[in-house]
Amino acid sequence: MSRKILIVDDEPNIVMSLEYAFKKQDFEVFIARDGSEALQILEHEVPDAVLLDIMMPNVDGYQTLTQIKNTDGLEHTKVVFLTAKNKASDIEKGLKLGADKYLTKPFSVKKIVSEILELLT
Amino acid sequence: MNNYTLVIIIIFYLAVLFYIAFLAEKKRQSKWVNNPYVYTLSLAVYCSAWTYYGSIGIAANSGIDFLPIYLGPIIAAPLWILLLRKIIRISKQHKISSIADFISLRYGNHRFLGALVTLICLFGTLPYISLQLKAVSETFEIMADETSYISTTILDDSTFYVALLLAIFATFFGTQNTDASEKHKGIIASVAFESILKLVFFLVIGVYITFYLFDGTTDIYEQISSAENFEALTSLEGVEDGFNWFFMIALSFMAIFLLPRQFQVSVLENNREKHLKKAIWLFPLYLLLFNVFVIFIAWAGKLTFGTSANPEYYTLLLPLSQGNSFLATLVFLGGFSAVISMVIVSTLALSTMVSNNLIIPYGFLDKFIKNQPERNFKYIKNIRRISIFTIIIVAYFFYVSFSKELSLYAIGLISFVIISQLAPSFFIGLFWNRGSSKAAIIGMISGFAVAFYTLVLPFTLQAYTGTDDFVQYGLNGITALKPYALFGIDFLSPPAHAFFWSITVNVLCYLVFSLTSKGHYRERNYAEMFVDSRNFTTLQDSALVWKGEAYVADIKNVLVKFLGEKRANRALHIFFTKYKLSPDTQMADARLINFSEKLLTGSIGSASAKILIASVVKEEQISLVEVLKILEESKENIVNNKVLLEKSNELSQLSSKLKDANEELISKDRQKDEFLDTVAHELKTPITGIRAATELLMDDDDDMPKEMKTQFLKNILQDSDRLGRLINNILDFEKLETGRLNLDIQRHDLQKTIKKALSSITQIAVNKGIKLKNKNPHAFKLNYDEDRILQVLTNLLSNAIKFCEIQKGKIIVDYKLGNGYVEVSVSDNGKGIPDEDHDYIFDKFYQSKHQNTIKPQGSGLGLAITKQIIEKHKGKIWAKKDVKKGATLVFTLPFK
Repeated sequence: MSRKILIVDDEPNIVMSLEYAFKKQDFEVFIARDGSEALQILEHEVPDAVLLDIMMPNVDGYQTLTQIKNTDGLEHTKVVFLTAKNKASDIEKGLKLGADKYLTKPFSVKKIVSEILELLT
Repeated sequence: MNNYTLVIIIIFYLAVLFYIAFLAEKKRQSKWVNNPYVYTLSLAVYCSAWTYYGSIGIAANSGIDFLPIYLGPIIAAPLWILLLRKIIRISKQHKISSIADFISLRYGNHRFLGALVTLICLFGTLPYISLQLKAVSETFEIMADETSYISTTILDDSTFYVALLLAIFATFFGTQNTDASEKHKGIIASVAFESILKLVFFLVIGVYITFYLFDGTTDIYEQISSAENFEALTSLEGVEDGFNWFFMIALSFMAIFLLPRQFQVSVLENNREKHLKKAIWLFPLYLLLFNVFVIFIAWAGKLTFGTSANPEYYTLLLPLSQGNSFLATLVFLGGFSAVISMVIVSTLALSTMVSNNLIIPYGFLDKFIKNQPERNFKYIKNIRRISIFTIIIVAYFFYVSFSKELSLYAIGLISFVIISQLAPSFFIGLFWNRGSSKAAIIGMISGFAVAFYTLVLPFTLQAYTGTDDFVQYGLNGITALKPYALFGIDFLSPPAHAFFWSITVNVLCYLVFSLTSKGHYRERNYAEMFVDSRNFTTLQDSALVWKGEAYVADIKNVLVKFLGEKRANRALHIFFTKYKLSPDTQMADARLINFSEKLLTGSIGSASAKILIASVVKEEQISLVEVLKILEESKENIVNNKVLLEKSNELSQLSSKLKDANEELISKDRQKDEFLDTVAHELKTPITGIRAATELLMDDDDDMPKEMKTQFLKNILQDSDRLGRLINNILDFEKLETGRLNLDIQRHDLQKTIKKALSSITQIAVNKGIKLKNKNPHAFKLNYDEDRILQVLTNLLSNAIKFCEIQKGKIIVDYKLGNGYVEVSVSDNGKGIPDEDHDYIFDKFYQSKHQNTIKPQGSGLGLAITKQIIEKHKGKIWAKKDVKKGATLVFTLPFK
């Protein structure tokens, strides 16, 4: 059974690269352009991991994470922030909210994939 | 005039007074009762029968010597603002109900001192009241037909009944309240009314005599100046007379403060301090008016009757001699008014003193403490009622047995000299905190003794024995002890002489014993409160230094006995609220002790209040030094608190300024931080895209489909363009914001510029199926930087395209001329700008929350840059509100 990942980001070019890389690793990839789309998808899908941008219109990454943590059935879903915000205080805040990892942009696609794989083993 | 007619007139007149007093009591809050005129007129209780009749007697016998008695008060009046105000404040604060209370409180609630003051006042006032009764009786006899009729028993004497009626009046309106510090508005209103009557009637008779019976003032003057010893009557004779005048003026100066009836009306019945301001000129004016005709009436009488009639009653005898009994009746009523007001106010004042400073503290306290409150009220009122009756009746008997032989003027001066014995402890005590109770008592007793020896005794002996041996030869024939010429001072008139010696001895004793005695701490405490009254008013109940153990419940019990359950509870409630104490506080502190004493003072006097409160508390002795230290600290605290408050106000102002400045800085800092953060974020986004796509292409192991490769390459191109645009925008924006961008202003045709802008975006619009319309085809030339305005228009147009629906969109560019400016608008039929966003769309990196469908590709700086450019052209830019569909952005450019 293939693993599932949800990529949440409002930049289509970035999403495209990530989608290609994870599909190559046999992930089933879901895409959302912001927090509210992501939460819609999460109503019927239980991905193994969520890659989450923070600065997005409407429902931002922080709010989305909080929602995920409060949703029954998503206890085993790993959540990884992937964002341009790289200040120490931002990272601390993200981890405090319960993110499993905090990765920053710009990134190496290979590294992101290997981080997620590591997290899921 | 018939005896009975006169009695009926008197009774009718008294009924009118009753009615006035009754009305005033009923409408206690009315403006008619509470105004400076009523206050001033009530002060005129000073003008008793002595003024009304006696002055003329003096004027006839010794010329202008009647004047000093009015000059004293006239000199005192301007000082009232300082002196009387201070006295009024202290009295109100401590609920003082008489001058005895005032003095006894100043010396630490001293019981004996209060009693002594009461006795001196009684001694000084009783003859004075009897003088009034004498005037009533004698004028009555003059008015009545049957001048031959001489009363043989009390019951036949009309004066006795008049005295009784006055007592009833005073009892009825004087003892309505147990708390004697409450105002007696009824009595005061009737006194004011009487003051008007007596002045008006006196002026009427003055005019009548001067201008009707005689031919004006000059006529009288010319006639009398041909008489013998005229010079002596109209001028001061040498230094001796000067001294006499000086002492008489000083004497009346003191009397206006110290006479119990004056203290009553000027201090206790004062409603508002500001009434003093009117009184200080109106009262002297009243006195002046009263004295205008005195000398002429006296001379007219002299010219008419020679030495055959009593000059004191010229005002009655002159109209009667002309058969004008109507005018005579008016004069009689005026005199009667003077008598009534004096007698009633004096007995009221004296009865309060007798009950609160003599009877209650010396015998009734034990009884009170066991009684029910209702019974106590009754007791206190009854003591006062009996006092009023007793005082008036004693005065009547005094009149029957002494005064018949004496002149009004002589009795009046005796009273003044006796009352003046209160002066040193009263006046000096107000300004000198070392003045002690022991010294006050010794001073008063010795002063009184001297006055008795030099004035009362010779007077009485002369009246009784009919010889003046005592005056001629002195005690046991020692010339140095001659009562009218003590130690050889023989040039003063007997009252001036008595005043000089008694007050000198009194003051010396007071000063010497004050300096040598140590003084009790409580006494010193009150001394400080009186002397430094302004500071201590702010201290309020904390002004009393007190240490010891006391229970609120015990104190409440005492209060209930005198105030009743309801008032006591209310008072305590007020106290607890005022000092923010819990209502079930158990232990009483100094403030409660002081507060309770004040509450009781009005009902039973300050000395009794102290004794009663002391009976339920356990007071610790404090040393004088400690008291002074605590007082000093309290005063300093007040000053310090004031300074502290000012400082803290300054500080808080300063700190709020600092806070504002700091917030501004922080907000600027934050804005800068946010700007940088956003710039970084915006830059990172395309870089991330480029980096990811490049990495995937590089690692390509040839299984990537061709169209995928092309897509990634396209993405890289797109992101690179975005990056370049962004960098340009940032640089533009930075230049504009720091003002380093210079405009290249030339004359251009706006229509042409709009066309250029439209053509640059036509391709994009066509691709999206959006229609563009250039509405105003006319050329219009003005000065602007074309490149920048093109940038503005392109920005607005591409924004419009961004928000328009594909295939349905329509964008209209229009311009019109205003007054000195051209107004350009770009309208679209897109989704519009939400109302709450209108104020923010021109902020840098502002992106509407509602841009959720497709992320519009922009730097977030476009509108911010647009705004800067327009403002640089001295124009304005805004989003039009209340647009039905889509958005309309408008900017203006001024032309000269």
